[in-house]
Amino acid sequence: MWLAIYIVGGIVVLLFLFFIITYNGLIGLRNQMRNAWAQIDVQLKRRYDLIPNLMETVKGYMKHERETMEAVTKARNLAQSLASGGAAARSKAEDALGGALSKLLAVVENYPDLKANQNFLALQEELASTENKIGFSRQYYNDSVLRMNNKVQMFPSNVVAAMTNFKQGEFFEVTVTEEREAPKVSFT
Amino acid sequence: MWEQINANRWRSVVLTASMGLLLLLIGYFLGYFFLDNAIIGLILALVVWGILSLIAFYQGDSLLLSLSRARKIGRDDNPRLYNIVEEMKIASGLERMPDIYIIDDSALNAFATGRDPSKASVAVTSGLLAKLNRDELQGVIGHEMAHIKNRDVLLMAICAVMLGTIVILAWYATRVLFFSGGGRRSSGGGGAGGLIVLAVGIGLLILAPILAQIIYFTVSRKREYLADASSALYTRYPEGLASALEKIAASPVQLKSANKATAPMYTINPFRQKGRAASNLTSTHPPISERVRILRAMSGASLADYDQAYREARGTKAGIAPASALALDKMAGATALREPSAEAKTAEKAPQKVERARETSDMMWRLNKYRTVDCTCGTKLRVSPDFKGVNVKCPHCGRTLSVKGAN
Repeated sequence: MWLAIYIVGGIVVLLFLFFIITYNGLIGLRNQMRNAWAQIDVQLKRRYDLIPNLMETVKGYMKHERETMEAVTKARNLAQSLASGGAAARSKAEDALGGALSKLLAVVENYPDLKANQNFLALQEELASTENKIGFSRQYYNDSVLRMNNKVQMFPSNVVAAMTNFKQGEFFEVTVTEEREAPKVSFT
Repeated sequence: MWEQINANRWRSVVLTASMGLLLLLIGYFLGYFFLDNAIIGLILALVVWGILSLIAFYQGDSLLLSLSRARKIGRDDNPRLYNIVEEMKIASGLERMPDIYIIDDSALNAFATGRDPSKASVAVTSGLLAKLNRDELQGVIGHEMAHIKNRDVLLMAICAVMLGTIVILAWYATRVLFFSGGGRRSSGGGGAGGLIVLAVGIGLLILAPILAQIIYFTVSRKREYLADASSALYTRYPEGLASALEKIAASPVQLKSANKATAPMYTINPFRQKGRAASNLTSTHPPISERVRILRAMSGASLADYDQAYREARGTKAGIAPASALALDKMAGATALREPSAEAKTAEKAPQKVERARETSDMMWRLNKYRTVDCTCGTKLRVSPDFKGVNVKCPHCGRTLSVKGAN
């Protein structure tokens, strides 16, 4: 009689422990995912901050590219104003900003003086790296989502996920395939 | 994809534990022979190991960095390197930015140190910074970041200290044994049983350092492959690391400040001899040609892709991780390879000269009626016109190739 109680009690305790460990694991993965999402914002914000500096440096050299420059400024301001808005509209604005920037950096080729400017070279490195960082932070976010979703879907952790109503994470989808590539910043 | 890192770590832990067992055995026999008390010997071995471990744990990274004369840099000292490290920090999801050091040395190498991810450093030589393009540097830093993320640094430090303790104890014991004509036990006379214990003990003293070294190298090489795989995953561009490894391998300069103790910390074994593929048992690093071949054969950037390439290149069934753990990784569709960066693309025009030299050499071979067979591992076989057989074996990977149709 006592033996049976011990066995049942032991199983209950084990199940409870399993529940706690799995649940905490899921929470940890979700926090990691949210943190990864916040990291994308950090990098996007860095891009907003770099653009005024870039404009300031480029202004004196690029007399004939007023339109290209205005397009970048406009895209930046639009993206920044949508920063707290819906994900879809925002990602479109960010894509547009990426495109405008790469156009601007492409015409730099026609300005040898500018390409020799130390200040510009430093900014170019920062911009190119920020583009990479945006890409890598999105990539890491997706990796985190994958890890969490695997846990949510697979047995036995899926039981705990279902009991606690744990939702799957959403992948970050890149709308245009070209967008994944950084703007063509040339280092020649 | 994180599961197999755990699986791999588990294997490493088992190997490390067996090394610990060796250490305990040595201590036991030492005590038995010289102190008349096996337990005291056991405790002594543990104390020596403990002290060395504590030093390695708390002072290891600063010791290593000052030994290699590395200087710490900030964002403004080298923005490019700083940015690349930060990119890899983001891609690997490391929480704290590692400290960055530069070693003023024209040799090409890099290493990571620090006992845990929150207190880590990466060091690169100035030669590496000068010779590699952005993608290649990214691959190397990704490899180092993987060592930090997978906690290889700590594991390898534990292993190295254990190996050191075993070697020191065994060396000391054999000295005493040979110069004093045996321990106290032998003079007391223990009969047949004592003789057997003595024989086992001596055998152990001779074998333990060798065994420990083999274990150490096995663990170390496993971690290298895994770090390569992780680097490919972080950068989504295995070609970067592959071509970096090639450049490093081709460089004739040896690192001045490296020594035997710090060798396994580097991306590439600083003591490799030119022209000699590292032998199988006595190298901390897998042969570079093999690492490059695996990276180049990857069809995607996931760990499963690396595992597949690894198994094909080595012709073994055992991959870098159990199949069950990798099945998980297959679900990740988003691990496609990316394009080279703009910087690398512009630099790509350079190899033309090599291409031309290669074409000329091919023509010379053809003129002499040699036939050329391309092996899937990337090796080009030149078959002499005197060769009459149908099949030829690739000396590199061991595949059997047909000579028929070759010209």
